[in-house]
Amino acid sequence: MATSASSFPSPYELTSPAGSEGWRDIYPYYLIFNDKLRAEDEKKFWFCDSQHWPFPFKPFDVITVEFAVKCLSQYNTRHLIVPPANGLEARIHNGYLYLSPVPVEPEKIPARVPQFLARAGHYFQNWNALLENWNKKIRAVIAEMGAISFEKLPDVVPLDWVTSGRGLDNTQELLTNYDRSIQLCYTAWQYHFEFLNLGYAAYLDFFMFCKQHFPNMPDLAIAKMVQGVDVELFRPDDELKKLARLAVELGVADALAKGSVEEALAAVGKSPNGQKWLTEWKAAQQPWFNFTTGNGFYSSDKYWIEHLDIPLRFLRDYVKRVQQGEKIERPTAALIAERDRITKEYAELMNSEARPVFEEKLGLARVVFPYVENHNFYIEHWFMGTFWRKMRELSRLLKDVGFWSEPDDMFYFSRNEVRDVLFDYAMAWAAGTDPVGPKLLGEKIAARRKIIDALSSQPPQPALNEPPEVISEPFTIMLWGITTDTVKTWLKKTSGSKHLTGMAASPGMVEGIARIVRSADDLEKIMQGEILVATVTSPAWAPVFGKIKAAVTDIGGMMSHAAIVCREYGLPAVTATGSATTTIRNGQKLRVDGSKGEVTILE
Amino acid sequence: MANRLFSGGQANASHYVIPFEAAAGEPIARIGGKCAGLAALASANAPVSPGFAITTEAFAEMMAVEGLGKEIGTILASLDVNDIRNEAKVSREIESAIIRRPIPPQIEKSIRAAYNHLCSDSMAEVGVAVRSSGTGEDLPDASFAGQGNTYLSVVGADSVVDKVRKCWASLYTARAISYRAKCGMGQLDAQMAVAVQMMVDARSAGVAMTLDPSNGDRSKIVIESTWGLGETLVSGEVTPDHFLIDKVMLIPIARRIAVKDHELVADSLNRSAMRRPVDEERRERSSLSDEELRAVALAAKMIERQFGCPQDIEWAIDEKRTESGGVVILQSRPETVWAKKKANQPPQTNYTRGVSGILDTLVAPLLAKKK
Repeated sequence: MATSASSFPSPYELTSPAGSEGWRDIYPYYLIFNDKLRAEDEKKFWFCDSQHWPFPFKPFDVITVEFAVKCLSQYNTRHLIVPPANGLEARIHNGYLYLSPVPVEPEKIPARVPQFLARAGHYFQNWNALLENWNKKIRAVIAEMGAISFEKLPDVVPLDWVTSGRGLDNTQELLTNYDRSIQLCYTAWQYHFEFLNLGYAAYLDFFMFCKQHFPNMPDLAIAKMVQGVDVELFRPDDELKKLARLAVELGVADALAKGSVEEALAAVGKSPNGQKWLTEWKAAQQPWFNFTTGNGFYSSDKYWIEHLDIPLRFLRDYVKRVQQGEKIERPTAALIAERDRITKEYAELMNSEARPVFEEKLGLARVVFPYVENHNFYIEHWFMGTFWRKMRELSRLLKDVGFWSEPDDMFYFSRNEVRDVLFDYAMAWAAGTDPVGPKLLGEKIAARRKIIDALSSQPPQPALNEPPEVISEPFTIMLWGITTDTVKTWLKKTSGSKHLTGMAASPGMVEGIARIVRSADDLEKIMQGEILVATVTSPAWAPVFGKIKAAVTDIGGMMSHAAIVCREYGLPAVTATGSATTTIRNGQKLRVDGSKGEVTILE
Repeated sequence: MANRLFSGGQANASHYVIPFEAAAGEPIARIGGKCAGLAALASANAPVSPGFAITTEAFAEMMAVEGLGKEIGTILASLDVNDIRNEAKVSREIESAIIRRPIPPQIEKSIRAAYNHLCSDSMAEVGVAVRSSGTGEDLPDASFAGQGNTYLSVVGADSVVDKVRKCWASLYTARAISYRAKCGMGQLDAQMAVAVQMMVDARSAGVAMTLDPSNGDRSKIVIESTWGLGETLVSGEVTPDHFLIDKVMLIPIARRIAVKDHELVADSLNRSAMRRPVDEERRERSSLSDEELRAVALAAKMIERQFGCPQDIEWAIDEKRTESGGVVILQSRPETVWAKKKANQPPQTNYTRGVSGILDTLVAPLLAKKK
């Protein structure tokens, strides 16, 4: 699509890829650019959230789009009354999500201030107590989700249900459990944003203070001062490292090195100290293997706990490195020392008036930031892992009773359509006939699969319509890292460019061979010393960071996962290039300059 | 770290000659400002090039040779400070009076011995820079150093002795004479020490300022760099590469790579420094790698910390040196401009704190205003 220098294309003029005809019908009507909305929608600037939804999503997976966008919005608009910002409008176009922040009319801002101060103030003042409560709430939601199960409807209602005068049948539980699952997912997403917007706001406040005080202070410095060292999000990876070291110490490393998961674990079990290791391996899994190599937003995301071959592969790499005498543990003491040094040196550069403000703002940023990092483990990994597992169980059950032929076909239907399928099942079961779905749905699934495949062949536009001259919307900046400069870079981008610019996320310069990783399934292809090029990375990819030379991503700021991990490993990283995965090809030689935020394709 | 640069060991200190590493704490009245600065750098463990100071005692004894001081006094008596041509003539006469006389043998012996000692680690005679090292306000280093009285790539003891004499004579250049006259200082009270320092084989060189001179921001280091010796940069002949470095993180924030069309390189064969065009390939390339940039910034930061105030530093990269990333510190002096102003005034002093601060940030994120 041709874009003029100052504007992105209008969604109303964009064509859809061949074979995707009918894609509008598989997504909710209220999330589609509609001709009736054209006049208003074209006035708004929409940016693509490929940070969270890098690939076109199936109809069921729209649940994460809707719940995440709605719940983020509710906190701004209805809970905290953020003076300048309401929530987000969302549209799905060609399978990708586009967002447009909803501003508050300037004259309405002052009236919102006292409400915000009271509400946000309460959270900041009672952060730790409220967070402790949050922890209980989310664990209860996860536990309830984990306890839900879906059973095939029996031939007859159990006799004791009849004799005890229960008066209800098995469809009651099936439907209730489904409804409850969706509700729990909705609850989890509300909790997700209970602290997140505020956490980012406090971080942004500290960030702005630093930038104001020391013009051009590197983002990296601010990130390093705030970033936590003892973070739950890093625990799964840390657990693997512990298990690797233990395997070497207990002499089970060789047994672990070969064969499938079952074969390796059996071999370990036969070793003299094998049982001891297996106990630790089991213990680490709950909750830490509720960890996805994706990002938790897709039904197809793989979680370690269901695919033990994934953590085992990482574990084997770690074992090798331990055997080579490498220190694989995160250098936490050094990280803390570096963080303290940086903080101290900047503090010393301030006068007595500014220093206490710096310390106060940093203090608050450090209180809130662990949530910003850790919520991810609780919601995207642990809760969503459990939720998807249960939904896959349901999909398999419905496959077994004949609704479709592939185990995960349910995800080609929206959550509300699935409710209908269940009622089809219930009615037929009650009537003693066959449900209608099995005769009709196969065609629908095939058509929708074709649509999704076609949509996936085309990358998204970074944004739509004319951008505002200045991006001043705080959440666009905070949560998506999109600034006036980012938008300018997107507009400048021409295809076939040999030169990409992005955020200087972790310093250093290296040259190496590019390896494009579009999903976790590509991870095994990474060879020692290659440069990882990805849309966005996930914490569960941490183990490959020991292999790579540098990382380049399309999306993500200074606090993105790739940036944090690269800094820890001392690898250069350039994030937010916008188009690395579509510009760079596998095997090309790259120069990555993480100090300047530049990537050059050398050959 | 710096000790390796002094691997020649301790040269014999005498009344007349003191190696830099042994000169820490010597008064400026004895070794001059230039040498005192180098001695302080050496004792601060900065990577300085080895060398020695020739003391003012040597100068004083020279003045006594065959009534030299007296003759100079006579020549100066004929001075008309309002006549520039007269000043220049006086200056020439004094110089020839100095050059005509032999240097007292014990002094010349000390200089030769110290020079030979510098050469003891090398296969051949080494090139040195011979510079005047003034003792006070009568000859401020700031305005004189690196200009008329620096002799680069001096090779061989004879030449060194000759250039030392020239440095002594430079106490009576027309400019120095008129400066003292203007300030009402006695022409005969002036004294001169000399610095002899091993030449740095500068692939690149430049200056580093441990604050941002454009706004006094002390969280920054500004580095300017060019190919070859730094003289072309200091004199303003070439536009240097310009780097803004964050002092805490030691990473570059901004850089401007200039077109550097010529450079000055040490030429030991011709016993001088040679000016030559920069070859095409390097002309528009950064004269510092990122690692070197970091090494220069780190050295500058350490020196500032040692001396306790912002510094204005001259440095060079000598690729033959492996310590300190090849960085050699040539000179460092306190930054003077922002030291006088109230430097580092924060841009805003009415800080909003707590939730109100967060509110302000949400209403007007600074990032939005950026560029």
